[in-house]
Amino acid sequence: MSFPWAKHYEPVNPLMRYLDEKLPLPRLVYNAIGGGYPVPRNLNYMWNFGVLAGFCLVLQIVTGVVLAMHYAANAGVAFSSVEHIMRDVNWGWALRYAHANGASAFFAVIYLHIFRGFFYSSYKAPREMVWLIGVVIFLLMMATGFMGYVLPWGQMSFWGAKVITGLFGAIPVIGEPIQIWLLGGYAPDNAALNRFFSLHFLLPFVIAGAVILHIWALHIPGSSNPTGVEVKKESDTIPFHPYYTAKDGFGLGVFLILYCALLFLFPNYLGHPDNYIEANPLSTPAHIVPEWYFWPFYAILRAFTSDFFFIPAKLMGVLAMFSAILVWFFLPWLDKGPVRSGHYRPLFRKFFWFGLIPAMAVLFYCGGAPAEEPYVMLSQIAATYYFLHFLVILPIVSMIERPEPLPYSITEAVLGEDKAAVLGENATPGV
Amino acid sequence: MIRLIGILAGLFFSVALLWSLGNGVVAVAQQGYLKEATAESEFHLHPRELDLQSNGPFGTWDLAQLQRGFQVYKEVCAACHSLKYVAFRDLKALGYSDAEVKAIAAGFQVPGIDANTGEANLRPGLPTDYFPSPYPNATAARAANNNAVPPDLSLMTKARHDGSAYVHSLLTGYRDLNTFSVGGKHVKDEFPDFSTPEGGHFNPYFANLNIAMPPPLTTEGQVTYAPGQPKATVDQMSTDVAAFLTWTAEPKKVKRTQVGWPVLGFLLFATILAWMAKNQVWAAIKPKKPRAA
Amino acid sequence: MADTTGDAIPGTVTVSDSHDGDGVRRRDFINIAAVGAAGVGGVAVLLPLISQMAPSADVLAESSTEIDVSSVQPGMAIKAIFRKQPLFVRRLTPAEIKAANEVDVSSLRDPQTLAERTKEGHEDMLITMGVCTHLGCVPLGAGEGENKGPFGGYFCPCHGSAYDTAARIRKGPAPKNLEVPEYEFTSDTVVKVG
Repeated sequence: MSFPWAKHYEPVNPLMRYLDEKLPLPRLVYNAIGGGYPVPRNLNYMWNFGVLAGFCLVLQIVTGVVLAMHYAANAGVAFSSVEHIMRDVNWGWALRYAHANGASAFFAVIYLHIFRGFFYSSYKAPREMVWLIGVVIFLLMMATGFMGYVLPWGQMSFWGAKVITGLFGAIPVIGEPIQIWLLGGYAPDNAALNRFFSLHFLLPFVIAGAVILHIWALHIPGSSNPTGVEVKKESDTIPFHPYYTAKDGFGLGVFLILYCALLFLFPNYLGHPDNYIEANPLSTPAHIVPEWYFWPFYAILRAFTSDFFFIPAKLMGVLAMFSAILVWFFLPWLDKGPVRSGHYRPLFRKFFWFGLIPAMAVLFYCGGAPAEEPYVMLSQIAATYYFLHFLVILPIVSMIERPEPLPYSITEAVLGEDKAAVLGENATPGV
Repeated sequence: MIRLIGILAGLFFSVALLWSLGNGVVAVAQQGYLKEATAESEFHLHPRELDLQSNGPFGTWDLAQLQRGFQVYKEVCAACHSLKYVAFRDLKALGYSDAEVKAIAAGFQVPGIDANTGEANLRPGLPTDYFPSPYPNATAARAANNNAVPPDLSLMTKARHDGSAYVHSLLTGYRDLNTFSVGGKHVKDEFPDFSTPEGGHFNPYFANLNIAMPPPLTTEGQVTYAPGQPKATVDQMSTDVAAFLTWTAEPKKVKRTQVGWPVLGFLLFATILAWMAKNQVWAAIKPKKPRAA
Repeated sequence: MADTTGDAIPGTVTVSDSHDGDGVRRRDFINIAAVGAAGVGGVAVLLPLISQMAPSADVLAESSTEIDVSSVQPGMAIKAIFRKQPLFVRRLTPAEIKAANEVDVSSLRDPQTLAERTKEGHEDMLITMGVCTHLGCVPLGAGEGENKGPFGGYFCPCHGSAYDTAARIRKGPAPKNLEVPEYEFTSDTVVKVG
């Protein structure tokens, strides 16, 4: 890929020249995140979250591998092995809190990354593949996060596992056999805990592979940018290094301050007290809530309280919960307008800020609240909007909307004017 | 085509949701709004604030208080409650010497095996042992306590909202059901049917207001504190044991914040440097402001 | 109009362009400091990652063991566990002590006298690790009826190392005598090892 003006890698000494001939790894890095990757010069701070997500993945893998050296995946001792980590292992408390809060940090970063994609329509051609792989990564993360939360074998771990695997029981006829197969038993126990541990260890490496594909696919068309106007010429871009490495370095610092404040000062703030009670199959917590990053989808699951014709409410909820993410796969074809950035889409912008964002906020809130009124009604209204937004509003808006005038080029957007535009060459704004 | 299918799917989910919503609204219209008030929902109290030296991100341990709290645990709570994630050796963090820890451990009987016959027996504890459970198993605990198993206390203050305050409020929160009132309203007037079952004890800080545990701390001086320590009032003993259980739940709590602040300081410094470096790098391509004509 | 109109490629400045005058030093200093701070942070993170593999507090707490030796009769040995490894506690008979003292120390592979391997006043108590110094097998001879080898002490079945009554290596591939751990008598009958 890449633009014709991309700088080329030059090995600086004989060793690097040798390496470049035999295994051009430095060249790969140079072209991926170094001086050889020309990036639009107008990226704002919303473009920091990709690198931060990558950092979180590494953080989780490193702390996770280390915790696995001390954790015991056996229903009899899992809970006390976690306490062993917290009390006796050198720095164990720090590693465990880093991992638990790292999951929250990872999801927070990913949600911002996804919302960047929504607002700037990063999913539109030619970046559909980047988006599709991204949704796959998000699904893998959810599976990994869910299984990881089961491992401490606290009350929420156990009952979360029971409720979520119970969702499969909603599938007609084959549901119950599938649930029993997933658990390797009739309720979560050793078999389930062991397979969850195994998969929780494996999936992050699958995610890492998917991330490489995600970045690879991104490098074919190159990064998008806040104007949504494609790169036209050299003055539209700057090399990734040193410009964006420096900017990402600063972003990483801000991220680490927030993350470490959580880790060292309020490590249990995002957790639930019930998970410090060892799993007890005979006693259910007063109300079962998943971790905060699942709340919107949990709210959608619980929003279906009445059977819909012949479809039981429970099955409707399960279908809707999975569909809520599956619709993202179809975004590039649901929203087909030529203009990408929300900055130049007046109608889309209104629905985004006054529709989608409030609906998501309500779903987040209601998912963590007990299943009672008014939360159920609120989540029904918000979930209705959620589906309407992606499946009905976006297709219609993209057909009828009249976008605002786009800048001629990224250069013009940054500098206020572009000589080429004045001269009228290639005056095909927007594409 | 995808858009058409999408719109149909969107309408399908929306209509199903609105159907649920409509049914909910009808139900509310017919049966009145929201949930029925119960004695639990009206009279359950949130824990009263508890001011411990270990509270907050600058907290430190008050070792004298932790030792008093340990004394309360040992002489009162340990009769029914285990502390299974805490080892005797951990008590060194409370300021006890090796010899004292050894003596404390030896004062507890832990399960062992007779070296000659191989039969299960009890032996004096060693510093490496963990606090033993007063009951051989959960069934025995249940049988001895009116069908309620006394929970392990190691993590109690982390396993409840506002855990430290909760322990203190609970221990000092036993009330007489017949006279208890909140804001002038009496339980007995509002919910005449509400009663405490046999073997239960009325305590508004407990989730369902009826706790199986009888009031453990009832009289001043129930535990004899060493000379020079505060008077062993019920409130003082409750505060001390809450402080002790805060420590047992997370012995590394103070170390955690003490590591955390320098880490945050360093990160702030490094982030400022990163910000300056970023500005330096970007200065080269910063768009020059167009001059006023 | 804007003063960028004269640039061939407006706003695109290569890195080297700013290397002029006093700007160079300041710029380089800040960048080096920022990268340096990142490096320091990275190294600091290694500390917990490395030290978590060292023995945890519960393991360290078991690094010393108390053993009651009152039940060990002359000629008998018991196997205790010290740091998750076998520990041989043997009370020597007068004949065994005599045999050990008759050996010419200078002829030994690892020259040590019995007195050097026991505590004063307790010369009959031989306390050694039950770990062959060759490759770590557990030698025979501590249990009743076990093969004590040609020198009446311990015999390692793995590669035939034979130890004498003072647990000194006499024959076979092992390079050293059985290790005597650090220990002390806390009373006449109790030994604290480690």
